[in-house]
Order: sequence, then structure tokens, then C-alpha cells
Amino acid sequence: MGLLTFKGGIHPPHSKKSTEHLPIVDFLGPKVLEIPLRQHIGAPCEPTVAKGDLVKVGQLIGAAGGFVSANVHSSVSGTVLDVRKQNTAYGFDTCVVIDNDEKYELADTVKPKPDFKTLTGKEVVDMIKEAGIVGMGGAGFPTHVKLSPPPEKQIDTIVLNGAECEPYLTCDHRLMLEESEMIIKGLQILMHALGVKNGVIGIESNKPDAIAKMTEAAKNTEIKVVGLKTKYPQGAEKQLIFACTHRAIPSGGLPMDIGVVVNNVATAATIGKLFETGMPLVERVCTVTGKGIKSPKNIRFKVGTPMKALIDFCDGYNGTPGKILLGGPMMGVAQFSDALPAMKNTSGILVFSQEDAKLPDATACIRCGKCVTTCPINLEPIQISAYALIHDYDKAAKYNALDCIECGSCSFICPAKRPLLQSIRVAKREILTRKRK
Amino acid sequence: MENRLTVSSSPHIRSSETTQKIMRDVTIALSPAAAFGVYNFGVRALIILVLSILTAIASEALCQKIRKQPITVNDFSAVVTGLLLGMNLPSSVPYWIPVVGSFFAVAIVKQAFGGLGHNFINPALAARALLVASWPVQMTTWVAVKPDASTSATVLGIIKEGLDVPLPNMMDMLIGRVGGCIGETSVLLLLLGGIYLIYRGVISIKIPGIYIGTVAVLTLLITGFDIELTIINILSGGLILGAFFMATDYASSPISPKGQIIYAFGMGLLTVIIRFYGGYPEGVSYAILLMNVAAPLIDKYTKPRVFGGAK
Repeated sequence: MGLLTFKGGIHPPHSKKSTEHLPIVDFLGPKVLEIPLRQHIGAPCEPTVAKGDLVKVGQLIGAAGGFVSANVHSSVSGTVLDVRKQNTAYGFDTCVVIDNDEKYELADTVKPKPDFKTLTGKEVVDMIKEAGIVGMGGAGFPTHVKLSPPPEKQIDTIVLNGAECEPYLTCDHRLMLEESEMIIKGLQILMHALGVKNGVIGIESNKPDAIAKMTEAAKNTEIKVVGLKTKYPQGAEKQLIFACTHRAIPSGGLPMDIGVVVNNVATAATIGKLFETGMPLVERVCTVTGKGIKSPKNIRFKVGTPMKALIDFCDGYNGTPGKILLGGPMMGVAQFSDALPAMKNTSGILVFSQEDAKLPDATACIRCGKCVTTCPINLEPIQISAYALIHDYDKAAKYNALDCIECGSCSFICPAKRPLLQSIRVAKREILTRKRK
Repeated sequence: MENRLTVSSSPHIRSSETTQKIMRDVTIALSPAAAFGVYNFGVRALIILVLSILTAIASEALCQKIRKQPITVNDFSAVVTGLLLGMNLPSSVPYWIPVVGSFFAVAIVKQAFGGLGHNFINPALAARALLVASWPVQMTTWVAVKPDASTSATVLGIIKEGLDVPLPNMMDMLIGRVGGCIGETSVLLLLLGGIYLIYRGVISIKIPGIYIGTVAVLTLLITGFDIELTIINILSGGLILGAFFMATDYASSPISPKGQIIYAFGMGLLTVIIRFYGGYPEGVSYAILLMNVAAPLIDKYTKPRVFGGAK
């Protein structure tokens, strides 16, 4: 079967060699965890514990602050040292600081769920909501919101994202190899929740072992595993859906507008585990890698573990780090410190050497048009960027700046090293601000 | 250590492609045909190419110095302009011609409009147009390659004027053993350079393919399916040089994918119209220049449809 894909895109170096063959290792520590009460897109949680309280694994410590929000649970057992505001990767948020007693005692609420087939869709969604499950691919969007489409939107397909098109990251790859059954189960639960017959798992062709493993695991189910062309941004929502279903999300629309819900394979695995063991989202796998890391690893860690502890678990820095990213090199977010807690959506900690962290000097645009041919959304980044730089945001809006998915392909490919996406982001923010006025 | 971490907006990796590498590739791609020109027309041709390139580099540096801008002659773009202009000159022109032309190309057409990426027409072609208009005699005196004649008209000139001179054979035209500008004669070596550029991803086959294809189809129609005349029309008049190396100039061609199709078709149409119905035997230069001028307009009306956008 030919590989499915989309139009445009780029071929950055994969840089996955150093970790793709490394089995996932567990990191239980550390002694002190800082669990942020906002690890998702939406309203922050309200703390349900106070200083001095004893907590157990899986116990609710932060209650969702609205519909678009997600509960936060303790990832260890121990004593609450403090509930305080501190720096996180999302900004300055309330965190529950827990002294880990290293006994990992389970809370009473953590017990296997009934067979999902005996539950109604609503009940399943409520359990997922209760467990604080968010999109684990990176965005951290609360999963139960995706699973609660308005009644007029008919969902008929669930797509699982196993593309892992970001260079360096291999955590989804390892998860598909090591927990394929759990991913399939999670997808079946998702399909049951929405009463959907079609389940598709899209995996990039540079992971043939994962495609084979998942295909094997999906045998005797109605789930389809499809190979996708290895091309960035194959795992971007619009591109993934287009490749897997040949449906295009309308400009400004959502996947549910064309009857599709997308979830990451890691999210599905967590849902599978939730029903098997009752454990809410308190741990995940991330890839700690890059030239600046001594021994790169795929690590399963407890949510709230400081990044520095994970880096030390990988034998620390290789030289002086130049840049620390949460996520991959294409869409990851640069951090100012390694003292921040890793969260539900931390798929990778990528450390660049000082050499790699150097920013290139932008030179004059030569109008080569490579940004236009690579843009997976068919935008003309050259035009939006040019108007953004002269603060003509109305013109930038006319060139559909708001459709930009911020994949960064244009900036990557630009031979003049122009900050295309960076200036488009400015335009987007400005256009949105003006719209709100 | 916290102060030493770089914090910047994504993406955090960039391709190894640079402007310099692209321009260097174009220079490499042009070299075989240029070298063949020197072999064909002798040391005069070499001196003209060198003068043209050196003037281009000097003009670029001078303009940037006057404008108090960083001097970027090491990006090879001036070299490309100088080389292209030199290849578009007959080997018999006086030595001041490449100097004047190259200065005009870089100082006026490129730098006066904002430098790299801002020239609205191809600098080398604009300079050639200026030279042809100002010094038509020098610019249309051709040196024959074969020893039996001292000067001769170009192939298209022979056809246009109905001269009683035998047409060169097809093989000579392919290899480039015919009269013409220094670098336009060897179709084979120019194609080789064009293929190299496509292989390196510097250009796509789209613009040259559609351009040459349009010329071929229209010439076939106009000549009543005279295959020989059609092939001659494709192999001569600098069409290959123009289609692969000048029509594809980034700054003066449209960026929208649909726009590039219209642009290339327009050049083919204009080339054939000028060749067959104009007063001038060769239409490539003016066809490209005219479509260069139309490029911004084409871009404006061929904005690509956004993914998932209304048809």
C-alpha cells in the first residue's frame, strides 16, 4: 500500500537514532515534586489539598476550574510541603509541592474500571474527565472536551496520532512497541465513548517496527493501522487527518467539523491503562535527548518531576547546555531554566549544545518561494512575514495569517534564515487582539 | 547557568540551505556552458566574462558601501549576475561593454531598487536590453565559430532575414559549434547545468519546462508542423539559457505555484510572437523582461487557496 501524506512539508534530519532503540526506563524519584495545577489548555485547577496533608498516588490534588480544564492528581505518596505559586513551563502557576515518601501507596479511588462495553459513552467520557486526561502529544488539550462534541456534529472516525514527526522524539515510537495492546484498548474505549465505527492509527514510515507491532495488535479489531510518508509536519492535526481520511478541515474549523476526533497514541495508552488499573494521568513517557545530554533516554516519569532530575537521570549535561526545549526542535518551547517541573504534555526534553543554540543571522529575502512550496496550509509566509514586519496586520490577515498552524516549516527551509514563523506569530497575535476589541 | 540558556521562538533547527549555497550552485551550473564559450570564441570571451563578473562584484560592494550596508559580495549573487550578462554578450564587443552593462545591472537594476531579492526584472537581462538598445551594432555582430567565415548571423537571424546561408546542422547546434553569444550556444551543457540545478532543488522544472514546451507547441502550430524548424527554434536564440537560468530568477518571477505556470506560459507566448511577428529575430530577452514586470500582478491574482479554504 502506498504511503499516505499531504502536500508541502519538509524533511528535517530525524535525529532519532540515539533513543529509538532504547526501551522505556522508569524514573521513580525524586524526593520533592512540584505538581503544577495548570498542565493543560484552559482554566487552572483549584487545589484540594493543603500544606501538611498526606496524599497517595492517584489522589485528586487539584480540581478542574471549569469545563475546559483537567483534574490534577498526585503522582506519588507523601506529604504536601507547600501549595505555592512558582515558575512552570506555562508561566507562573500554583503548584502542589509534595515530599515523596517513596512508598507509592495507591489512593482508594485507584481501582480497575468496569468493562467499558457495559458503560454508556457519557460514563466513559466522565471517567476520562475525572482522570484529568489531556492531549499528550504536546498541546495538553483536555481530552474530555474533544469527546464532548455539540450534538449537531456527527463524529464517525477517531484518528490516533502515531506519526511522531518531530525530530529527536521517540517516546511515542517506544510506547507503540512496548504498549501496543494498551493503545488499541484505549482507542477502542474512545470509539465506544463516541459510538464510532472507524478507528485509524497513522504512523510514519520511519518506524516500520511500530507499524508492524501495531498492525499485529490491531488484528481481529476493526481498527486500521496506516503507514504515513515520513515528512514533517505529518503529525499536525490537519495534515494527519487529510492523510488518513482524505478530508480537509475547513479553514478556521475543527476536526469535529468533518466528523473526526484526533488523539495521540500516548493519550490512548493512558486511557487504556485508566480502565485497566484505574490510574489517572500521573505519569508519562518522555524522550530526554540532544547533543547536550550525556546518555539520552526514553523515561517514564511522575508528573511534577523537575526537569533537572530527569536530566541528571541521563547522567547530566554534556558540556554547558545552550538551549533547553520542552518538546521537539520544530515546535518545542525554549525554557529559561531547568528547574521547572515536567508535566502531562512533556513529550521531550531536548538539550542543545551552545554551538547548536546559536541563532542564525537573517539575510535579505531572495524570494526563492521555498516557504510557499513547503507550507502545508498553502500560505505565502513570505508575504505575511513582510507585512508583519512593517506592522500592516490587515494585509497579513488578508494573506490568511490566522490559518498558520505554526509548524515552522517555512523558517526551517528559508535559505536566508529569515524569522518567518516568528513574525507570523506576531501578526497572528495582533490580528486576534484587534478582533477581540 | 540560567543566564546562558538561549530562549527563542520555534523552530529551533534550520536547514543547511543558504543563499550563498544557492548562488554558488547557479554559478557551478553555468560554468560548463561558459567554459565552452571560451573554448569556442577564444581568449576574448574569457576577458569579457571576467570583466563582467569583476564589475558586478565591484559595483555591488561600492553601492553597499555608499548605502552604508553590510557588504554581501560573498553571497555569489553578483557573480551570477556578472556571469549571466557576460554569457549573453557576443565575444566581439569592445571591452567597455561588459563593464557598462554589468555596472548597470548591479548598481541600477539591483541595488537602486533595494538590493538582493528586490530587483523587479532580471538584472543581467535588463543590462543586455540596455546594451542592445544603445549599441545595436556591437551587440549584434557575431563571430563565427567555424574557420570558414569571419562573421555570420545567428540561426534565427538567417531564418528571419531569409538569408541565403546554409543553416548549421543539428549536431553543431546541440553541442554549440555555432555563432551567438558567448554562453548561449551549447544547448547540451546548458541543459546539464539546468539538470544540476533541478537536482540540487535550486529551481524546479516547472518554469523552464512550461516555457520551452509552450515555445515548442506554438512553433509547431505556426510553422504547420515543421519539426526541423521547431527544433531549431528550441535550440537557438538563447531559449535554453533564458528558460533555465533567467526566467527562474527568484526575485523577478512569481512565487505562487499557479502564478508560475501563467508566467512561464506568458514567456513562451511572447517569445514566439516576437520571433515570428516582431521585427526582431530573437524574443527571449524581451519575453522574460515583460513577464518579469507582470510577476507582481500575477502573484496578486493567483494567491494559493488555503488548505481547507473555500474554492
